[in-house]
Amino acid sequence: MSDTLNLTLRVWRQANRDDRGAFHAYRLEGVSTHMSFLEMLDVLNEQLISQGEEPVAFDHDCREGICGACGVMINGQAHGPDHETTTCQLHMRRFRDGDTITIEPWRATSFPVVKDLMVDRSSLDRIIQAGGFVSVNTGNAPDGNAVLVPGADQNKAMDAAACIGCGACVASCQNASAMLFTAAKVTHLAELAQGRAERSQRVLSMVAQMDEESFGGCTNTYECEAACPAGIKVTAITKLNREYLRALVTSDV
Amino acid sequence: MPDASNGTLNSHVPDGPVQDKWDKHRFEMKLVNPANKRKFNIVVGGTGLAGGSAAASMAELGYNVKSFCIQDSPRRAHSIAAQGGINAAKNYPNDGDSIWRLFYDTVKGGDYRSREANVYRLAQVSNQIIDQCAAQGVPFAREYGGTLSNRSFGGAQVSRTFYCRGQTGQQLLLGAYQALMRQVAIGKVQLFARREMLDLIVVDGVARGIVVRDLVTGKFETHVADAVVMATGGYGNVFYLSTNAKTCNVTASWRCHKRGAYFANPCYTQIHPTCIPQSGDYQSKLTLMSESLRNDGRVWVPKNAKDTRSPKDIPEAERDYYLERRYPSFGNLVPRDVASRAAKERCDSGFGVGAGLAVYLDFRDVIKRDGEEVVRAKYGNLFHMYEKITAENPYKVPMRIYPAVHYTMGGVWVDYNLQSTVPGLFVLGEANFSDHGANRLGASALMQGLADGYFVIPYTIGNHLATTSLPKVSDDHPAVREALENARGRVQQLLDINGTRTADSFHRQLGSIMWDYCGMARNKDGLTNAIGQIQELRQEFWKNLKVVGNGESLNQNLEHAGRVADFMEFGELLVTDARHREESCGGHFREEHQTAENEALRDDENFCYVGAWEFKGVDEESTLHKEELEFKDVKLATRSYK
Ligand SMILES: Cc1cc2nc3c(=O)[nH]c(=O)nc-3n(C[C@H](O)[C@H](O)[C@H](O)COP(=O)(O)OP(=O)(O)OC[C@H]3O[C@@H](n4cnc5c(N)ncnc54)[C@H](O)[C@@H]3O)c2cc1C
Ligand code: FES
Repeated sequence: MSDTLNLTLRVWRQANRDDRGAFHAYRLEGVSTHMSFLEMLDVLNEQLISQGEEPVAFDHDCREGICGACGVMINGQAHGPDHETTTCQLHMRRFRDGDTITIEPWRATSFPVVKDLMVDRSSLDRIIQAGGFVSVNTGNAPDGNAVLVPGADQNKAMDAAACIGCGACVASCQNASAMLFTAAKVTHLAELAQGRAERSQRVLSMVAQMDEESFGGCTNTYECEAACPAGIKVTAITKLNREYLRALVTSDV
Repeated sequence: MPDASNGTLNSHVPDGPVQDKWDKHRFEMKLVNPANKRKFNIVVGGTGLAGGSAAASMAELGYNVKSFCIQDSPRRAHSIAAQGGINAAKNYPNDGDSIWRLFYDTVKGGDYRSREANVYRLAQVSNQIIDQCAAQGVPFAREYGGTLSNRSFGGAQVSRTFYCRGQTGQQLLLGAYQALMRQVAIGKVQLFARREMLDLIVVDGVARGIVVRDLVTGKFETHVADAVVMATGGYGNVFYLSTNAKTCNVTASWRCHKRGAYFANPCYTQIHPTCIPQSGDYQSKLTLMSESLRNDGRVWVPKNAKDTRSPKDIPEAERDYYLERRYPSFGNLVPRDVASRAAKERCDSGFGVGAGLAVYLDFRDVIKRDGEEVVRAKYGNLFHMYEKITAENPYKVPMRIYPAVHYTMGGVWVDYNLQSTVPGLFVLGEANFSDHGANRLGASALMQGLADGYFVIPYTIGNHLATTSLPKVSDDHPAVREALENARGRVQQLLDINGTRTADSFHRQLGSIMWDYCGMARNKDGLTNAIGQIQELRQEFWKNLKVVGNGESLNQNLEHAGRVADFMEFGELLVTDARHREESCGGHFREEHQTAENEALRDDENFCYVGAWEFKGVDEESTLHKEELEFKDVKLATRSYK
């Protein structure tokens, strides 16, 4: 296998939210297979700047798969072809010499394009604002071991808490639903004794906010789970549904 | 108010025994009446552990808070990337820990270059941090029965590190972020994401707000306030390649410095021993493999120089477990500076593996002892990350690692109240110089950021607000206009150069000067040479930079150019500080000052002080101010981990 690739990139270019946008094709030669996908875009951008063209805008920060900033559709797949891998962790060894790679932003009504491959995901912050927290002011806490959390519950909470908030679940869903994202937070806090006092209020408000932000409904296609780089499972959605029903039938709200 | 007029700095450490200082101080500080808190506005730059926890806690008290970050969401601050854990002196394992021991370990780990009183307070509040985070729903690792688990980290012989798998920073940050979102929902915090702080507003000598640029529209905004809190992180990216996230910068701190905040100990930078080695010139950052791996992984190189056999073909007798050999009592868990230098020494002597700049971190023995599943449960995500990047399976082949720039102990000088030399400007988290001296111990940055934000600033800010006269300042005050024009002018200057070289290429060149002359080993001639090279590069930058696009829209290459411009100025100060400090301590290793066994050789007689620099102009020499360090409770001694 050769260590370098010659590629054609079809990249979505859109000047701002109101611009219509279009694909532009770029040739990129001699891309090392050891590069990460974003390093490949860096090389493209250096090339563009040298030619006096505006570089492609994309969100990124940690480049370690944890901050959730990066994320683009790569040949129609959110974060590209690798399982449980963010765009920044995808490496060029995954591609072949001569490939054409199509790169687009997340597409969802609730994620308006800011520029090129960057979108506005503040709707996810507002879902958390609706109740994705435990109401405990600084200084109010009992000793860390005063409330025991059995290892098994802690593990389930941690599995769900691993969500990085990238929005791939929304982008990969035909309904642009934010169900997996919301379910991950509901599950994380519902599994823990510390989160239970507010569980009913939390699930009702977060689901209401999800609708308010015009995310679509969930029709169980499970594309979200397949796209999730953090390994969040659709069992979280089952949990959310149970929490939701429970909240509706119990009288504590 | 810090008094620097006579060349020495007053840290305002309260008197009395170290264990009583904080309690006494809390009692003596003036309070703001609960009903009056809502009359005060505070701006907080940064939403990492320090800024996020500070903003949420101050809003809970009733202050009106504006919170700013560069990323599209506060949850993405660089703190999210912390892997290994957070220290506290809970002593749950009953293995001999105490507040005193955490205090002692941190002062010693910092190679006796930190302020005792601050470190003691840090150890004191550490336990409350764990309680607070657990109550927020941070899913700390627990035993089957439900009690909190601990693991060991470098520089300590007790198990005091709390963790959430390999994602501790993420979980702690989400805790703080959620607390912040709760305050946003009730209107006590206004959120300003995708904003970059570009200047500090100082009115009559007091910090009264900031100028920011909206990164989406390119518009400049002024935010006037009664106090300014900066928690904008560390400056490791001055080296270009580091484990820091790409937007980490010195800009906010540097702009404060230019407005009168002294910059302390910039040369204290931490090189982390366990990072994935560089693989090519296009490399955009380096990836850390958490120090927690040294709990179970064993570091070694072949005993024969230039041994090209595959690691599995190298028999036990021909492996040199050099950390265990050199430091039998701490072994693989020596502090980072010691481990990094030892790796460099082996590689420089020709024993490196791979392309020569790497050593092995081997999990063979622990997998044999505990099984792959146990190892996966502890480190699964780190092993996964390693495999993504290198295409090698660390369950089968030892990891290859090499030191990389990771953390910056230096930062804006602050007194015991976390107030800088500009009254009303408070600096928290990695951005200040405070608690880690010349070397930070693992799992202590998360502790410090949260201590500053949850448990220190909510008290000390009140004292400032209650005791300072704060006349109303409007947006058209001359000082506000001047700061705005200054920030705007600098951005325009970058756009006007119209040269031929990209910001990234300047940044890479600056980084390689810094790494070559001011990295793991430094000497006087090299540092002098580096200063000349940085000055030349800076001149070229202002003549030959090429930025495309305009300033009235989202423009990432313009943003980057602005950060590089500040690194160009700051880098010179870092090297100047390294040259002035004629001793070796912690992460600052001067080749001229070492023991016969190549260990760092401090000079307590002449350098037992914090070096805080005053800005005098870009091409002018900065003025050094000293804060003498006194060690009353931990005896100054040569650090030994043997
Ligand atoms: C890979 C990695 C792993 C680590 N692991 C550990 C660990 O296990 N344990 C430990 O104790 N420590 C660890 N550390 C260190 C620790 O994570 C950091 O020191 C700490 O999180 C810094 O927190 P902070 O709040 O000071 O700053 P940050 O989290 O860096 O936050 C900075 C904030 O400031 C904002 N900002 C920056 N500049 C500007 C500007 N000009 N205008 C407006 N906003 C701005 C950013 O947007 C961000 O919100 C690790 C560090 C790295 C790199
Ligand atoms: S850049 Fe942080 S997850 Fe990709």
